[in-house]
Amino acid sequence: MDTSPPEPPPLPPPQLSALYQELILDHYRRPRNKGTLEQATHAVSLNNPLCGDEIDLQLRVDGDIIKEARFIGRGCSISQAAASMMTQLVKDKSVPQALALADRMSAMMQGDEGAARDKTLGELRALAGVSKFPVRIKCALLPWNALTDAVKA
Amino acid sequence: MLDVARLRADFPMLAQRENGHPLVYLDNAATTQKPQAVLDAIAEYYRTTNANVHRGAYDLAIRATEAYEAARAKVAAFVNAWAPESVVFTRGTTEAINLVAGSYGRASVKAGDSVVVTAMDHHSNLVPWQILCQETGATLRMVEITEDGRIDLSDFDRALERRPKIVAFPYVSNALGTVNPAAQLTRLAHAVGAVVVVDGAQSTPHLKVDVQALDCDFYALSGHKMLGPMGSGALVAKPELLEAMPPYHGGGEMISRVWDDHSTYNKIPHKFEAGTPNVEGAVGLAAAIRYLERIGPERIADHEQALAAAAIERLLQIEGVTVYGPQARSDRAGVVSFTYGDIHPHDIATILDQDGICIRAGHHCTQPLMRRLNVAATARASFYLYNGSDDVDALAGALVKAGALFGYVPA
Repeated sequence: MDTSPPEPPPLPPPQLSALYQELILDHYRRPRNKGTLEQATHAVSLNNPLCGDEIDLQLRVDGDIIKEARFIGRGCSISQAAASMMTQLVKDKSVPQALALADRMSAMMQGDEGAARDKTLGELRALAGVSKFPVRIKCALLPWNALTDAVKA
Repeated sequence: MLDVARLRADFPMLAQRENGHPLVYLDNAATTQKPQAVLDAIAEYYRTTNANVHRGAYDLAIRATEAYEAARAKVAAFVNAWAPESVVFTRGTTEAINLVAGSYGRASVKAGDSVVVTAMDHHSNLVPWQILCQETGATLRMVEITEDGRIDLSDFDRALERRPKIVAFPYVSNALGTVNPAAQLTRLAHAVGAVVVVDGAQSTPHLKVDVQALDCDFYALSGHKMLGPMGSGALVAKPELLEAMPPYHGGGEMISRVWDDHSTYNKIPHKFEAGTPNVEGAVGLAAAIRYLERIGPERIADHEQALAAAAIERLLQIEGVTVYGPQARSDRAGVVSFTYGDIHPHDIATILDQDGICIRAGHHCTQPLMRRLNVAATARASFYLYNGSDDVDALAGALVKAGALFGYVPA
C-alpha cells in the first residue's frame, strides 16, 4: 500500500471555497462576544441533538433595545461563526429589527438572492454559500433560533 | 487482502456516483450497502413465498414459515448459537437489548442491585439499563476506559465487587474500533454470578463470532450492519434463560391459549415474537449471511484490520490529525475515529462529501465516551469488505484538501 506523503491538494471545488471563507474561519477561531453577561435579561440554551452543536445565548435588553449579546457554544465553524457575527449585528438593534434580521437570514439560507445581497445582514452575507449545503443550514440558523426563542420567551 | 473490485460488482449502490465522484462509502459502522444477492432474496420471497407465517393451513404459508425458520437456523449457525430457538428475531440490536432489559431485567433486578455498563457503550446498550435502574431503584455502574480506548480491567474488577446482576458491554466499540476481550470479561462477570449481555452490533459483521465459546448469556446483533436489510436483527440467548423469562410484547403468535383475563404463552423463541414478524428481513439477513460465509469472517476481519492500519498510518502523516482508540493492530476492528486540528468533524464530513466520500461526524451515539475523550465529536471512517486501499487514498487526499481550506497545509 502506498504510504508516501500526500501530494499537494488540487484546488477545492468553488462551492467549498465559498463556504469556508476567510471571514468565517476568522469568526470561528476568534469568536466575538464569546462569554457570559453579568446582567442578562434573556437567556436560552439550544442544541442540535443530531450533530451535538450547542449554544448558550444571553441578551441584555433595555426597553426594546438589545444592548448586548454574548454566547458560549461548541460546534462547527458555520454555527460558531454565525453566532459570533449575529451577536455583533444585533447589538443596539430593537427586538423587532433583530427578528426581521432572523427572517432575512432564514431567507438567505433558503437561497433567496435578494437576502444574500441585503446589506443589513452585514458580515453574515459571507454565509450565503451555506444555502448550497442543505444539511448545514441548521448550523447557520442555530444561533438565530436561539435569539428568536430568547426574545419570544 | 480481498479482491475488492470483484466484490464491488456485487453491490449496485457502489456503482453510483456522489457529487460527481465515485461513491467512497466509509460509514459501515452506521450501516452497510447490500449485495444483489440480498436484494434478490427479498424480491424472490415476495414473488414466490409471501404469506403469514405460523398460521396458514395451506402450502404457501408453510413455505413462508419454512423460509422464516430456515433464516433463524442460519443466524444460529453463523454465531454458533446453542440452538435455533436461541434466536429471537428483533428489529435490531437496540430492540434486542431492550427486550433483555424489559423482560429479564425487570424480573430479576431489584432495588439495591447493581447493573454494570462501560464508558464505551453505544446509547442502545446504556439507556435501556438507565431506564431499568430508574424503575427498579438499582444502581448503574459505568466502567471507565483507559487512555488508549480499552475497557479498564481494574475498574471492571472493582465494579464486580458489588456482585452486579447484569454486566453489559460491547464486543467491538462502534466509536473506537476496540475489540474487547469478551470471553475474559464474561468469565469474570460469571464468577460473581452476573448475567452477561454482549452488544454484538459491530462484531457480528466483522469477525468470527462464537457465542458458545464466549459463553455470554445474551448477544444482540443487527442485520443492516452485516449486508442485511434494515429492521432485521436478533437476540441470541441461552435457551434456559429465554424459557424462564416473562414475555416482552403481548399479541398474536406469542400465545398458546388466551382466556378472558389471562393467557398461556408459546414456546421459545415465539414467546418473544408477538405479531407478524419481519419475514423479508429474516430472509434477507439469511442471504447476507450466505454471502459473508462464502468470503469467510476471518478473511473479512483480516482485510478490515489491514485497511484500518493503513488508514491510521496515512492519517497520522498529516500534521494535526489525532486518531483515537488502540494503536495496536490486533485488538482493533475497521473503525478509525479521528480529529484534525480545530476543524470540526462536521466541516470535515462536508468537505469529504464533495469528493463523494461518506464518513460519520458526531458523537456516534456514545456521548459518555466523547466526554472522556474530551471532544464534542469525532470524524469516523469505518471499513467493510468492499473497501480497498483506493478508499484509504481518497480519504487521506480529501483530508489534505480540508487542511488546505482551514490553513493547515499550503493550498
